[in-house]
Amino acid sequence: MSDSYHIVVCAGIVPDPLQTLEPTTGENGPGVKNEMLLPAVLDPWAASAFYEAPNLAAKHAGSRVWLVSLGPKAKLQQLMMTVAQKASFELVPIDGPIGGFTDAHATAAALADAIAVIPELDRSKLLLFGGWESATRGAGVTLQLVGERLGIMDQFQGVDRIDARDDGSFEVLERVEGGKHQISVCAGAPAVLGWATGNLAEPRNNPRVGMANMRTIMPALQKAKSVSLAADGLRYISVSLPSQQRTTRVVKDLTADEIARELVEWIEAE
Amino acid sequence: MESILVLAHSDETGEPLSKGSLEAVTAGRELAAQLGATLTVGIICGISDNMVNSLSFAGARLLVVSGEAFAQPRYASDAAACEGICRAAQATIVLAPHSSRFARVMAAVAHRMQGCIDTHITVMNGVDEVHATRWFYRQRMEAVVTRESRPWFLLLDSGTHAAYAGEAAPVQAEQIAVEVPALRTTVLGTRVPEQGAILAGTASDGSSQRWETIRPDAKLLFVAGAGWTKKQPDGKIHVAEAGELILQFVHASGASLGSSKSLVDQGGEGAPVLPFLTHLNQVGQTGSTPRHPKGLATCCHGEEPHVVGWRFIGERRAISLDPNCSWTRGKADVVYVADAFQVMERVNSLLGTQVSCGVPEGIS
Repeated sequence: MSDSYHIVVCAGIVPDPLQTLEPTTGENGPGVKNEMLLPAVLDPWAASAFYEAPNLAAKHAGSRVWLVSLGPKAKLQQLMMTVAQKASFELVPIDGPIGGFTDAHATAAALADAIAVIPELDRSKLLLFGGWESATRGAGVTLQLVGERLGIMDQFQGVDRIDARDDGSFEVLERVEGGKHQISVCAGAPAVLGWATGNLAEPRNNPRVGMANMRTIMPALQKAKSVSLAADGLRYISVSLPSQQRTTRVVKDLTADEIARELVEWIEAE
Repeated sequence: MESILVLAHSDETGEPLSKGSLEAVTAGRELAAQLGATLTVGIICGISDNMVNSLSFAGARLLVVSGEAFAQPRYASDAAACEGICRAAQATIVLAPHSSRFARVMAAVAHRMQGCIDTHITVMNGVDEVHATRWFYRQRMEAVVTRESRPWFLLLDSGTHAAYAGEAAPVQAEQIAVEVPALRTTVLGTRVPEQGAILAGTASDGSSQRWETIRPDAKLLFVAGAGWTKKQPDGKIHVAEAGELILQFVHASGASLGSSKSLVDQGGEGAPVLPFLTHLNQVGQTGSTPRHPKGLATCCHGEEPHVVGWRFIGERRAISLDPNCSWTRGKADVVYVADAFQVMERVNSLLGTQVSCGVPEGIS
């Protein structure tokens, strides 16, 4: 059995977590006010997948990594200026709407269609990576739907680790309830792995890698296929910011003993 | 007219049904009553029929897929089992707990049934049409959605409904035959992350004890921020002392231990770390969003990417040396401007900590 992998990472664009978000309603339904103008980052959990992919590929000669991303072409280009410096990959851009209020089913269909026609992609070696949930819709269903559309019957979500074995199988750690990991062994590719945090830190920017990547990224962006995402019967009744604002009591003049007594009373109260 | 199917699964602790499954049964009964709809309960388990027959859901039709292949959570077998039950029930609304087991497969099942799915549902109601409430952008916006497509699958967040506690009575379960697909994945079991295993101590009677740091059912969430590993007023770092104070408190109070991202990340940056914390302890934008009645934050600024993980924490208190930290801006009920080392030492003393927590390896 060949031990090389064809790793396809699905990763979207999300607003920088430090930005203030405000909902707005337009012709196409709800959205985030000025979302196109907000600083954007690669979706954090998908970014974990993106860092793990080249790490795994480097250990298995002949492996390749593709990054599939759906978003407005201009936003994708802007993001690639930094993402391209992290690791070597081939970009498969899809020019489409940004945001968390689009339907996951339509998004998954667009991603699956794009992956299905990647030239030289060997489905028998395919590991489909992505975040287990996005920072926008946060539903945790898109990657699963893509996998199902591609006919992949081994899926793992909340992955923190994958250890490939010599016989082509791999061990997976998935997050389950109670702060535990479920340990599974999969016979090998193809498989879907929705990553949680993983174990790797964000790679340092490498301008040389960035320059090499951009030679293929720019032509790919120019040829990016445009898609529109149908709502498919999904209708938003309302979108709002949480109204809960607490009246904070700031305690500055109590001793550590007095604070401790107050805290213990509070902890022990029903 | 709508018909409702509640999908449920057994609990790895030995209970016939998981707590989340029983909550989904409650939600299904409530929604069925509102809509005047029929209710079916489908169970996936590896247990014997006798166990299943002891479950009663007040007149609901009961469908069961059981067998060794379905004892453990696994995509291929669980998806096949859920699909089998859905085809037998032909329901228009399918409710299920948002457990790791069902979150892994339910979108695929919806796709196979040519339906649609929404997850992390917190509220459901309906008279003329079904409305579901869920959060977007990591708990920063709340939306109410509805769909025309059927079947509509809805995964319910845990803690949003009371667990069903009806009288157990014999009921005739219908066994659904499911062809087990080729299984390429073997589940070996579960384990607590290695770093979590460090959290062990010696009780006053000399016996060795181990306990887990993440306790979803705890009344209190205790969050440790990066400030625990920063220089203290004496100009020095006291990581060992911080580790001991935190471990003692978590044990004495029975709290679940959370962390800010900055604290669990800083190990990779060469900064001092508390080795019993892992990314699984992380609360916030890229961590968990737990549901505890109370939360106590210590040495943490309370910035938005972290506090979005506190959306469902009831009463919130914080200890911070910074009187202008974000907790003071409407994010906590009480903020104590104080030294957490001093306060937690006295809290531990008042709680009468009985366990001596040895300083874990790696803390110096």
